[in-house]
Amino acid sequence: MSGSKVEGYFIEGSDIDNVIVGKILSIEKHPDADKLVVCQVDVGAGEPIQIVTGATNLVEGDVVPVAMDNSTLPGGKKIRKGKLRGVLSNGMLCSLGELGLTQHDFPNAVEDGIMVLDEENLRLGQDIREAIGLNDTCVEFEITSNRPDCFSIIGLAREAAATYDKPLKLHTPVVKGSGGDIHELLDVEVKNPELCMRYMARMVKNVKIEPSPRWMRERLRACGVRPINNIVDITNYVMLEYGQPMHAFDYKYVNGKKITVRTAQNGEKITTLDDVERGLDESMLVIADEKGPVAVAGVMGGEYSGIMDDTDTIVFESACFNGVSVRLTSKKLALRTESSGRYEKGLDPYNTLPAVERACELVELLGAGEVVDGVIDVDNSDKALRRIPLEPDWINRFLGIEISRERMVQILEKIGCVMEGDDIVIPSFRPDLEHKADISEEIARFYGYDKIPVTAIRGTAQGHLTDLQKFERTVSDTLLAQGLYEIMTYSFISPKYYDKIRLPAESPLRQCVTIQNPLGEDTSVMRTTTLPSMLEILAKNYNNRNESAAFFEISPEYIPTDGPLPDENSQVTLGMYGEAYDFFSLKGVVEELLHVLDIEDYDVEAVSDNPTFHPGRCAKISKDGREIGVLGEVHPLVLQNYGIGVKAYAAKLSAGALFDLRCADKHFTPLPKYPATARDIAVLCDDALPVLTMKKAIQKAAGRILEQVSLFDVYKGKQVPEGKKSVAWSLSFRAADRTLTDEETDRAMKKVLKALDELGATLRA
Amino acid sequence: MKEALQSIRQQAEELLHAAQDMKEIDALRVRFLGKKGELTAILKQMGKLSAEERPVIGQLANDVRAKIEGAIAARNEELKASQLDRQLESEKLDVTMPGKRHPLGKKHPLTLVLDEVKEIFLGMGFDVAQGPEVELDYYNFEALNIPKNHPARDTQDTFYIDENTVLRTQTSPVQVRVMEKQKPPIRVIAPGRVYRSDAVDATHSPLFHQIEGLVVDKDVTMADLKGTLEVFVKRLYGEDSVVRFRPHHFPFTEPSAELDVQCFACHGEGCRLCKGEGWIELLGCGMVHPKVLSICGIDPEEYSGFAFGMGLERIVMRRFGIDDLRLFYENDLRFLNQF
Repeated sequence: MSGSKVEGYFIEGSDIDNVIVGKILSIEKHPDADKLVVCQVDVGAGEPIQIVTGATNLVEGDVVPVAMDNSTLPGGKKIRKGKLRGVLSNGMLCSLGELGLTQHDFPNAVEDGIMVLDEENLRLGQDIREAIGLNDTCVEFEITSNRPDCFSIIGLAREAAATYDKPLKLHTPVVKGSGGDIHELLDVEVKNPELCMRYMARMVKNVKIEPSPRWMRERLRACGVRPINNIVDITNYVMLEYGQPMHAFDYKYVNGKKITVRTAQNGEKITTLDDVERGLDESMLVIADEKGPVAVAGVMGGEYSGIMDDTDTIVFESACFNGVSVRLTSKKLALRTESSGRYEKGLDPYNTLPAVERACELVELLGAGEVVDGVIDVDNSDKALRRIPLEPDWINRFLGIEISRERMVQILEKIGCVMEGDDIVIPSFRPDLEHKADISEEIARFYGYDKIPVTAIRGTAQGHLTDLQKFERTVSDTLLAQGLYEIMTYSFISPKYYDKIRLPAESPLRQCVTIQNPLGEDTSVMRTTTLPSMLEILAKNYNNRNESAAFFEISPEYIPTDGPLPDENSQVTLGMYGEAYDFFSLKGVVEELLHVLDIEDYDVEAVSDNPTFHPGRCAKISKDGREIGVLGEVHPLVLQNYGIGVKAYAAKLSAGALFDLRCADKHFTPLPKYPATARDIAVLCDDALPVLTMKKAIQKAAGRILEQVSLFDVYKGKQVPEGKKSVAWSLSFRAADRTLTDEETDRAMKKVLKALDELGATLRA
Repeated sequence: MKEALQSIRQQAEELLHAAQDMKEIDALRVRFLGKKGELTAILKQMGKLSAEERPVIGQLANDVRAKIEGAIAARNEELKASQLDRQLESEKLDVTMPGKRHPLGKKHPLTLVLDEVKEIFLGMGFDVAQGPEVELDYYNFEALNIPKNHPARDTQDTFYIDENTVLRTQTSPVQVRVMEKQKPPIRVIAPGRVYRSDAVDATHSPLFHQIEGLVVDKDVTMADLKGTLEVFVKRLYGEDSVVRFRPHHFPFTEPSAELDVQCFACHGEGCRLCKGEGWIELLGCGMVHPKVLSICGIDPEEYSGFAFGMGLERIVMRRFGIDDLRLFYENDLRFLNQF
């Protein structure tokens, strides 16, 4: 709970049960099978047991893993006794693979055959996990990007020591050496000191390449690193222990006996250890000999100078490269390694020496070669340690705690800081500590986040929604109340969707904000209209056999501008299909919304040229010249593009226009004191005459005493001539200050009829 | 005559009692009380009586009239009442038949929970802020102490529009925009869509929602951060929720923490919901990095603050037991209908 989160842990070999060490006493031919043999096996207790096997690599006296009756192997495989071709077998002799291992773990064991144990101190009947060291517990930590120092056993040990308040015991490597002088054998030049802050090298001669000892292989395997050979294993071991990536070159392939650290030339190539030829460019730092690059700095070594079985003399590299440079190179080459992952977070130039010393110490410990005296050190690093004043009062106030300066100093010293007066000297391995806020985090971590009290923010505040947020709530409530379900769609779409809604090729809406690195074409541009998103969802529901559906979404369109960012214009998008819906049910929803927002006297115009909609069933709504939106029956060809087999209706209204045009101030009108006079009329007119035109004419002609006019019937058919329609209106007149006389109402009606007459609408007899 | 009057009364009362509808009653009234009725006929014979008898009989006649009128009214009432009873009986419904409904639509489950979160923070004095989704690299990264080539950029796979413009990977840029515009005290949450180039699967979506929070004022402490978020969690998950704050790292907060809430299914024992951990990671938070305050023109010596951010989808998935994030964006009616 002090920082590096334990992601989990597992016990090695926990999937192996009841497998023990046994010794082959005798091997006899199976009476009924040519390919099987019958072994008597001493398992350290009682009578020897009989086991039938098909293996051919065994001789009497071999010590082997024995899976007993009722045992479990990796992968959940159960072993029980049984008869093989009529002969009783009391278990199974195991191969490497059957125990979940490979030859990298046990180089002397054969790949296809029973694993013969060559370890010392084996006891018959011993649990195999103990016998072969498959019993470590591995803990997995989540290391945050600011803590490259914790990418190492030593770093975690330091954290653990501070957390549990235990002394930190660090080992200092000691190298005996074997004479000679590295400076006579090798020269190192760093041409780009800003990219390579420090480069250290040591050499080992008379190298004997062989598998590393079991303890080292076991530890590497537990850390998820494949054992290779003693030299490569040492470099990996040191990286895990110290957090310092190491590299080993075969000296005989360092041409000119000189290492140059430089940026690559455009067009230079290297074949890396993973056997891939990679093109380099001048932004990449390489380690080169006089012929060319032998390693990509901090990322991966070259195959040419890699360690082989005949390697005799090696060069250990322990360097500090610029993190950003390694990160960019690794990205460009699409090659991320344990090494680059560490470098890119920024490593400590002080760490290169202990790491290379440790590697040489391990060489001597393993008897892998003779270490040449002397160290090459090209050091261009900034050695000045950062200082931050300790401000206990500020820290206490910032965290809301009260702890003493002494306690703070104690914590800081635990993590490697040194106090000089009031200044904290920051250790080189903690480049993340830059500011007193960083210091406060260290104090908080080791004091304990859980011990920080829980308080309320001082002062009071009133939270409130803005007018726009309240407006959106009203819109949403109104649409929900009318039975529409809210949906949420992706705001990026495919440019092909514009074809699906039949947008003309030259439409400005096809100019959209385009994603440089999209996941796929389907999500590659930011939509400039919300209609395709709605239609997509209608289609999905139709295909999922939902009989009818009505949806709305309040979400933006992204319209490019001359500025750096697009306009994100919020839209109210409606869509519906199914038996209950037609053009007028959609329009009704829109009208109700406009009514709730108190937007009155808006214009509705037929639109015949919107390619997404039915040319005879589409309308534009606007007020005072400002467009509010469009609604209509979706064009049959668009429906076809979406695979919708029924009529569907959609509308798109600008939330901005609705917001601006809404009437936010509501005023009370006194309830009427005087009675209203009602008049109904039916007029005959051309079928093409829009009722809204008539309504407006009526309103204008009737004057102020007209309280309300509503359409109550439209009739075509018998008694109405072809091409005509009969339209019935109900008018209601009222004055606020008096009872209207019949004469007044008659006069108004006369004007109404005259106005209608001018439109070609005549009173029906 | 006296006897005649008594007899009329008796007869009228009997007939009225037997009458079965209003019409019959009306006929009886005409028969007994009408101008040519039986009572009138008797009264017409009053002239034959002596002066002593006349007032006595007159009085009696009036009594009889009143009685008959009363009986008519009473019988009328009775009949009305029984008629109503019959009507009601005939109108009896099978009340177990389904009602007529005008179905409402439903909010998207993400909105449902987001509204709840907003209510909680509005109650704690927070406003709700918004910012652009197509955002400048500066606001999404640089002003948040994530310079170009910072390794933290790798953990947020970013959609780029051009070198300087991204689809915001987090709602944190709204913090910067709010601080640039508004002087402390600041208390805002900023919910919204964010984008990361994660391929779509049951737990990943290239578009999802975050809710950001920011408080800046004089003397805001980490203890305030803990207090505020603890109240939030208790409102969201119940008063008995247990939370813990765990050190973490975010470039724009220092100290940084992750808040875990004890698994409400197993109370810390470890189960499928919490993947055996006993705790569920809910949000990231921390004290606003002094560098970020400075970049936004707020003096970190005078003011301090805290910030937090959480993913909405995961909260909603756990709330309703939804196992596939894709359902949120497929918008199948059969899914939307459930909330």
